[in-house]
Amino acid sequence: MNVKTHAEAAQEFILNEPRTDWHDETLWFVRQKRDKAVNTVAEWEILRDWASKIKNHTLSNLDHYLKSFEENAIANGIIVHWALNAEEHNQIIHKIITDNEVKKIVKSKSMLTEECHLNEYLQKKGINILDTDLGEYIVQLRQETPSHIVLPAIHLKRQDVSQTFHEHLNTEKGNYNPEYLAESARIHLRKHFIEADLAITGVNFAIAESGGFVVCTNEGNADMGVHSAKIHIACMGIEKLIPKISHLGVFLRLLARSATGQPITTYSSHFSRPRSGQQMHVIIVDNGRSRQLGRPDFRNSLKCIRCAACFNTCPVYRRSGGHSYHSTVAGPIGSILNPNLDMKANSDLPFASTLCGSCSNVCPVKINIHEQLWKWRQTIAVNGYVDKSKKTGMQIMAWILSDPKVYRISGKIGRWVMRTLPFMVNNRLNVWYKQREMPEAPGKSFRDWIKENK
Amino acid sequence: MIMGSRETILQAIALNKPDLAELPEVDISITSHYNDVVRQFGAMIEAAGGSVFNMNSIQTLLNEISAIKEDGKFVINLFGDSDIDQLKGLNAENLEELDTCYLLAQLGVAENGALWVSEKQMFNRLIPFICQHLVIVLNPKNIVSNMHEAYNQINAASDGFGVFIAGPSKTADIEQNLVIGAHGARSLRVCLMDLVDS
Amino acid sequence: MKVGLFVPCYIDQFYPNVAVATYQLLKKLGCEVSYPMNQTCCGQPMANSGFSNLTKGCDINFVKNFKAFDYVVAPSGSCVLHIKEHLKEGAKPAELEKVRQSVYELSEFLIDVLDLNSLEAYFPHKVGLHVSCHGQRGLSLSSMSELVAPEFSKPEQLLRMVDGLELLKPDRIDECCGFGGTFCVFEEAVSVKMGKDRIKEHRANGVEFITGGDTSCLMHLEGILKRQGNDIKTIHLAEILNSVR
Repeated sequence: MNVKTHAEAAQEFILNEPRTDWHDETLWFVRQKRDKAVNTVAEWEILRDWASKIKNHTLSNLDHYLKSFEENAIANGIIVHWALNAEEHNQIIHKIITDNEVKKIVKSKSMLTEECHLNEYLQKKGINILDTDLGEYIVQLRQETPSHIVLPAIHLKRQDVSQTFHEHLNTEKGNYNPEYLAESARIHLRKHFIEADLAITGVNFAIAESGGFVVCTNEGNADMGVHSAKIHIACMGIEKLIPKISHLGVFLRLLARSATGQPITTYSSHFSRPRSGQQMHVIIVDNGRSRQLGRPDFRNSLKCIRCAACFNTCPVYRRSGGHSYHSTVAGPIGSILNPNLDMKANSDLPFASTLCGSCSNVCPVKINIHEQLWKWRQTIAVNGYVDKSKKTGMQIMAWILSDPKVYRISGKIGRWVMRTLPFMVNNRLNVWYKQREMPEAPGKSFRDWIKENK
Repeated sequence: MIMGSRETILQAIALNKPDLAELPEVDISITSHYNDVVRQFGAMIEAAGGSVFNMNSIQTLLNEISAIKEDGKFVINLFGDSDIDQLKGLNAENLEELDTCYLLAQLGVAENGALWVSEKQMFNRLIPFICQHLVIVLNPKNIVSNMHEAYNQINAASDGFGVFIAGPSKTADIEQNLVIGAHGARSLRVCLMDLVDS
Repeated sequence: MKVGLFVPCYIDQFYPNVAVATYQLLKKLGCEVSYPMNQTCCGQPMANSGFSNLTKGCDINFVKNFKAFDYVVAPSGSCVLHIKEHLKEGAKPAELEKVRQSVYELSEFLIDVLDLNSLEAYFPHKVGLHVSCHGQRGLSLSSMSELVAPEFSKPEQLLRMVDGLELLKPDRIDECCGFGGTFCVFEEAVSVKMGKDRIKEHRANGVEFITGGDTSCLMHLEGILKRQGNDIKTIHLAEILNSVR
């Protein structure tokens, strides 16, 4: 299957310029809300530093903390599973479903389950999962993937949602009122929560010292599901761990402010033990994370707490949309995580950036995203995943630019051609020339000038 | 012998992890504090779409509860005389028509309007989420400045479940338009009451 | 003060006036300015495209030309940042480190080393400030809108010393222009869209000129402005600071 590169997909996205402007402005607004919120916390930069160091420490002792977490969770009556990869994660969930004759399943937002393509896996076996996060619910009805890990339907306008709800929920055609649409979803989904026998959630933070975990939502959909259902499955990547409960003070102060500009999500639910009579499962998933841990240049991308602040600030993401990244996790963080999963398929992503560095500045756990983007480019080139023509071009450039005489002659010739034979350069083969004029080609270089003016 | 996934994962991590990095010292004394925590707390609840009001005596609240019950609404009062065993036994179907829930919060956080409610206070985990309207009673003396102080005071893992609730449920998933009342409670009223015996 | 003038390759070839202005300005301010005649390029175009393993020749040439100077000044944030972060061949580690430490972008040199607080300069125009990313976030030439930190800006400080100049800032004070090196052709659509959006904000301010510390940004914006038939001109910071009555 031919997957478009980021550049190709972005080009298509931008063809609709008004829509691109709308997408860009909507996400920039989220960035502005973030700025307002973080500036109310005088010690914000210190919080980031603490969070970064706590995560660095945890990653450097991850096996120990995972074992502690497991031991404490089991002692509290939680059933702990380990999944090497996406397939195993899906199989584990499938087995729980069949073992317990589960009929109805609800899921609150979990990017990990998206990464593992859980819904498709179960669908092939005739089992349906209902996504209850409103944004996820909307894209599920539309048979699309989320374009943003926190705001899944950010690429859609209210007219799109209205049309989808009209088709699937029989809401009034042409009624675009967000309150009306959200209310319709509330009423429709309420029944599903009540009837569900299995609720699947993600994990925002897992705590080693207690064996418990925290799930953050604004909608209350995670809680509506898990407190009704007789089985709760929580899915977590190995990197979601933090050592102590008190560390939640740091992370919960950073997460929502970075993600949406709220001081905290409406609900921060702390799970330590299943309720009486309930089965609670935690699935610990690797799926390439331990491999990333072994990459010195890229391992601290695992500090990510999935806030998407980097998406909102990225001028490229805002103008290309999440689907251009052909991956579950898009944006700047996706561009440093995904090449680890499949370097060839994701070799375009680290180049979908101007390396402006804004992402690294908004990252609450101080991942040096823009530096890792640069480093991934080197790794991808060394592994041979850069276009042959690009590589040849670079080799020629390197030769020209490292020899002073060759450089001077090439420069002189180039400028002469631009002045006397402009059509050779100003044509459709010149990508720059598509939407920009070429710079003027002066008769003398600076070196020529200084020779005459010394 | 084929290694199980657990062993494979742990071994890979042991092999790949970097040298031990130190845990930082989280010095709470440098974190933001508010002179008027009650005022800040109230402002944050209101900014989140909730409301705050003062009440002098618990009797006023009990009167309100009686009045709503008389209207025929399904109400649960979790800090009054509640039949705990009966409450614990209520399932989702039983609670579908729950209109209003009254409960007590252990602590409030000024920086974000969050209220800590643990299983001890709610008896039945579903109740605070499935109700249409939520009224939380809090002693203003139990409001702290920030989350670090909050975690110092509560024992977040002592009960099987606990939650910080910081407003009515909401969503902005439709074109970033804020809608109050998603799947959880449509409204949150916080009643500040200096309880003699909380 | 002996200064080695480092002129980025594209300035040498396409915008020599920027280098002329830098040269004249530094001399005016009392520096003894030398221009090593065999300099070429810092190697950034290759490195940013994934081919830092092809920059050995550029590194060696750079060190050869500049190792004798305690101060190397360039009118470019991105080239200076590249040298500081990625110069790795051409001499022993200690010597390389010395070269990396000796390189300065123009505005940081004027403010931090020459300690400039006044300037005999005149530029009676409405000027929009474009903040170039690598200089700002890489070299800390100015504060960054993402961080909770005190505001400052070395380029702005310098521009405020210029008589008659009315400085206007766009709404998004430090969003990237979209040049990004080879990004400008390999992701042409996004690159141009980003540039157009910057221009829209400057146009809304009614500026006559857009200035900044990096000619790469200005070249990209100028290309779009000319194609649009727009009157706004681009001009490098050095050229403004070197303007007199």
